[in-house]
Amino acid sequence: MTSPVLEARGLVKRYGKVTALDHCDFDLMPGEILAVIGDNGAGKSTLIKALSGAIQPNAGEIFLEGKPVSFDSPNDARGEGIETVYQTLAMSPALSIADNMFMGRELRMPGFMGQYFRKLDRKRMEEFSRQKLSELGLMTIQNINQPVETLSGGQRQGVAVARAAAFGSRVVILDEPTAALGVKESRRVLDLIQEVRARGIPIILISHNMPHVFEVADRVHIHRLGKRLCVIDPKEHTMSDAVAYMTGAAVPEGVAEPA
Amino acid sequence: MAEADRYEDVVRTRSDEKFAEFEDTGKGLWGRFHELLHTTPAIVPLIVLLAACVVFGLVLGSKFFSPFALTLILQQVQIVGVLAAAQALIILTAGIDLSVGAVAVLCSVIMGQVTFRYGVPAVLAVPIGLAFGTAIGAINGWLVSKVKLPPFIVTLGMWQIVLAVNYLYSANETIRAQDIEAQAPFLQFLGTKFNVGGAVFTLGVVLMLLLVLVLAYVLRSTAWGRHVYAVGDDPEAAQLAGVDRHKTIMSVYMLVGFICGLAGWVMIGRFGSVSPSATTGVIGNIQAITAVVIGGISLFGGRGSILGAFFGALIVGVFELGLRMAGADPQWTYLLIGVLIIAAVTVDQWIRKVTA
Repeated sequence: MTSPVLEARGLVKRYGKVTALDHCDFDLMPGEILAVIGDNGAGKSTLIKALSGAIQPNAGEIFLEGKPVSFDSPNDARGEGIETVYQTLAMSPALSIADNMFMGRELRMPGFMGQYFRKLDRKRMEEFSRQKLSELGLMTIQNINQPVETLSGGQRQGVAVARAAAFGSRVVILDEPTAALGVKESRRVLDLIQEVRARGIPIILISHNMPHVFEVADRVHIHRLGKRLCVIDPKEHTMSDAVAYMTGAAVPEGVAEPA
Repeated sequence: MAEADRYEDVVRTRSDEKFAEFEDTGKGLWGRFHELLHTTPAIVPLIVLLAACVVFGLVLGSKFFSPFALTLILQQVQIVGVLAAAQALIILTAGIDLSVGAVAVLCSVIMGQVTFRYGVPAVLAVPIGLAFGTAIGAINGWLVSKVKLPPFIVTLGMWQIVLAVNYLYSANETIRAQDIEAQAPFLQFLGTKFNVGGAVFTLGVVLMLLLVLVLAYVLRSTAWGRHVYAVGDDPEAAQLAGVDRHKTIMSVYMLVGFICGLAGWVMIGRFGSVSPSATTGVIGNIQAITAVVIGGISLFGGRGSILGAFFGALIVGVFELGLRMAGADPQWTYLLIGVLIIAAVTVDQWIRKVTA
């Protein structure tokens, strides 16, 4: 059996008296799309934030390719090749597509200008952005320097996914990527997700949209009351099963629901 | 997955049309103009500046359009120009700094007092003044970034504190120009004049021009500059995208404090003397904000350019000199500047709309 790319054991996160994560486990296998579903308040956002370095768990361990890691900030996780597409997209509307792609990891000119005048290598960044966008089948870009705010919702999402795919060498995390999109745009983003997977990068997909989850996911991690309730195979379960498990209306086989 | 679950697939099979092309869909001349303004907002104040020059040129003729008069404008705006450059940086981060003028005055007082009270050589007194400016900026930045106080409140308080310290420390004593000239001419270094074919420049003017050009380069072409824009645009997004928000804000406020120190040095060059009651301490902040706003920098942060702020300062200078030469009541200047401020913000709102 292959070992997980990203693994968490016994994660605990408390906010005052509320326990958002209660000894939660998590496994992401190489090359898979793992969906994480759960009712509101089940703690899935907290889990994702812990995995992407946005929060620090009170207890528990995270392993990346078997090695224990601890992330003090999203930048630490990024440094390890874990990229997250946040629900808010984390883009600066007034800045260009290329600027946004490279925010926080800009390329400098080689030689004197770069070293002493810290001049950015715009050409290289634009080239790279253009290439990454078209690699993902994302549109013929006319102007990589147009501000992100002039793009439609679907295009913005596309740029955000492209950014994560371009730099996420190990794991890409997508938080509700289709929540704000129309039917057609969602379709495109789902195709994008599969294109990223086709390049061998495993994906964690958080979504409320059952049809989307069941369409693209290889396994579904069902989160309930701050921990992993079970992991199901979408081919062997129906959406109603999944909804029943995550709301507590039914208990999956082999799991003892606490009284 | 059951057949019935694939209800959305119809969209995929029928979607022949391109999904997300970045195409210009014939916006026409007006749309293009809007787009140009959207990407280079400094054009508006530049147009106003040129128009004002043309109008005053036509009305006043060679009296206005002489190298002497035009460079006189530069000399008159040098203090406000430097302060506006500082203010522009803060406003780009969606902040505002009411203490810039007061800090400049305090720095000039420190430079003077350190020389005359403690006998420190002027060459050392200037860096000491600049260091104090930077330190005050650091306090502002720390309060804004770490304690998360609104910049308006922090700098409103700092403005009063700095002004009071300025009077208490200097005992409201002016250091006379003759004394400085005799004992510490380096303090007046930026007042040094040189002549290029009738045009009179001071080193203070040169400093202002260099400062604007350097800041324009840094904001446009370095990672730090991009981070300043990103933090002003949407701090949460910038943070998640990997920008160190605290570091960026601290560096901006400290740099602004330093630039205010430079403005203090420019003031000594311009006035010759060191006066704790210089009007810059009281109205410098408003003058700087005026220049920045007329220069098309958005008060909501993340939009605009330092060149715009410079043009804004020049516009005010052109109006002041032009109207005075035309013999108009100075109140007309204030009236027109008031109109310009409101017009500039209106234009900004329009530019910020994505589609015209």
